Amino acid sequence: MNSIEINNLSLNFGDVKVLKDLNLSVNKGEFLVLLGASGCGKSTLLNCIAGLLEINDGQIYINNQNVTWFEPSERGIGMVFQSYALYPQMSVKGNLSFSLKNAKLSKDEIEKRVKHASEILQIESLLDRKPAALSGGQRQRVAIGRALVRDVEVFLFDEPLSNLDAKLRTELRVEIKRLHQKLDNTMIYVTHDQIEAMTLADRIAIMRDGLIQQLDTPKIIYSNPVNKYVAGFIGSPGMNFLKGKILQDGKPIFKLEGGWCESPDLSNYKFQETIKVEKEVWLGIRPESVVVGGEAENMPVNFNLEIEVFEPMGADTLVWSQIGGQEFRFMVDVNTSINVGGTLTVGFDPAHASIFDLESEERL
Amino acid sequence: MTNSQNNSSVVDPRGPKPRKIMSRRNIILYGTLLVVAIYYLIPLYVMIVTSLKGMPEIRLGNIFSPPVEVTFEPWIKAWAQACTGLNCDGLSRGFWNSVKITIPSVFVSIAIASINGYALANWRFKGANLFFTILIFGAFIPYQIMIYPLVILLRDLGIYTKLPGLILIHSIFGMPILTLLFRNYFTTIPEELFKAARVDGAKFWGIYFRVMMPMSLPIFVVAIIMQVTGIWNDFLFGVIYTKPDTYPMTVQLNNIVNSVQGVKEYNVNMAATLLTGLVPLTVYFVSGKLFVKGITAGAVKG
Repeated sequence: MNSIEINNLSLNFGDVKVLKDLNLSVNKGEFLVLLGASGCGKSTLLNCIAGLLEINDGQIYINNQNVTWFEPSERGIGMVFQSYALYPQMSVKGNLSFSLKNAKLSKDEIEKRVKHASEILQIESLLDRKPAALSGGQRQRVAIGRALVRDVEVFLFDEPLSNLDAKLRTELRVEIKRLHQKLDNTMIYVTHDQIEAMTLADRIAIMRDGLIQQLDTPKIIYSNPVNKYVAGFIGSPGMNFLKGKILQDGKPIFKLEGGWCESPDLSNYKFQETIKVEKEVWLGIRPESVVVGGEAENMPVNFNLEIEVFEPMGADTLVWSQIGGQEFRFMVDVNTSINVGGTLTVGFDPAHASIFDLESEERL
Repeated sequence: MTNSQNNSSVVDPRGPKPRKIMSRRNIILYGTLLVVAIYYLIPLYVMIVTSLKGMPEIRLGNIFSPPVEVTFEPWIKAWAQACTGLNCDGLSRGFWNSVKITIPSVFVSIAIASINGYALANWRFKGANLFFTILIFGAFIPYQIMIYPLVILLRDLGIYTKLPGLILIHSIFGMPILTLLFRNYFTTIPEELFKAARVDGAKFWGIYFRVMMPMSLPIFVVAIIMQVTGIWNDFLFGVIYTKPDTYPMTVQLNNIVNSVQGVKEYNVNMAATLLTGLVPLTVYFVSGKLFVKGITAGAVKG
């Protein structure tokens, strides 16, 4: 059963088409993350679902009810904002009960729901405080509580953790995940942070220019990105892209532009279509999938590289290098001895790489 | 050279840097401020001392000397006995007229303008920009152009020379600038707050009264001060749209001070002027801090 169903949604701001004929369906109880760089339309889409923006075309169903013309409060959604958006003149309790008072619930019912929500979020001791007297984490908890008391089917999060410091962000991230496991509501979560997206999502929708580029599980998006944009967006540090051609030598091989002694054998790569000879492509290799030293010698492709720069990052060290004039980064264990100007034997398996068309940047 | 090095090693700088109170900068700064303050306070001082003197003492011509014999007679006369035309009940009638004009005008203009500003800032309805442009345009039209048409309008409405007529005029003329003020303030309130209230099921009025208004005390104070002083100090509309019975205080003050018959009673004139200025002065003193806060808050965005 679909919790949210969006059909042919379009939205323009004046002449600018922000969302173009967008379709999306979200399963009941699913945690969907809308991921993209700023300006890709992800928050706009969320606002459309919430009913805070008037759409130009299309339909929105929530719980099999066409809510396209409904007021935000009638749609059965709760929303959490980046800036918390707590009412500053009301106490925490006032913030939590505001929507219930607007819905004209009985005093007992309000009391009960506020108590329930504040227990779940562990903010009982803060109920009489004003938002100004709360820390960032507490404020965001109250903001989540405000969605929780409404007893709604769908939770919408608009970059809820972006205003918090790094440590608190990780803590609340886990808490949101726990909350989702406990409540089993449908949640749509907007973020530009790929780590948040990877850790929280059942499925991720990667957006760009008002279009969904790929909608799939974090695992598949990571291993099989549909195009170069998605491949570059997911993963940190970003994927290496090597420009070159596919040649036929009894088997498909990759020939790097600028020259390289290696010509990786692509016969194990699962092409989605038959490849024309001399096709210009990007060969994408994740820095994490590059191995060094003894392990590298067992890889189908292995070669020596000169180290240009290295960045120790704790458990790993990120090494910057070049292959045939093109930038190439990879991770090594922190215990590997490396020095600038030295060489390392590195290797990778082309079967686990991603190959994209040079022009269309689509996966091949 | 060695000397200064020695010094610095003896007194190792630590903590806040010491500051001289009587530095040249401070003397120039506070000196200038003092001179300016005195310059502005002298006329007030002259008014106060003159209003407390009897006429014989004033005729001596020494306007800066404090009163030898303090008398409140001029104040009483200005309030209750001074003559304007045929009426000899002083400024008190004008005072009460002004109160009856100011309170409803301030209330009506602020109530409507704040709702206008809220609607313009948060509910982007069709034609909002056009409406706003027209309103801004209204703020820059000289009042004088509209005087005569408004006389006709008020006459046709049957409220010309009556207090409701003047109240209507003040409410309308306050509208453009107040709407601008409120709109600019409301746009500084984070939009997410407004969105949250909508998700929480609050409607147009609910959001206005329960979310926006409680957050906007400073700007309401600014609006009240602007309107109270503006309407209280108004002379032009007062003299045109009222008659002697309904003259506001300023018009009556003018008639007392500028009367051509009899002796010029400077002490009474001074007392009358101070009495008239007392209301705006009190408003400023009471609300000083909030006023500054509101003015700066409203000025941030256009």
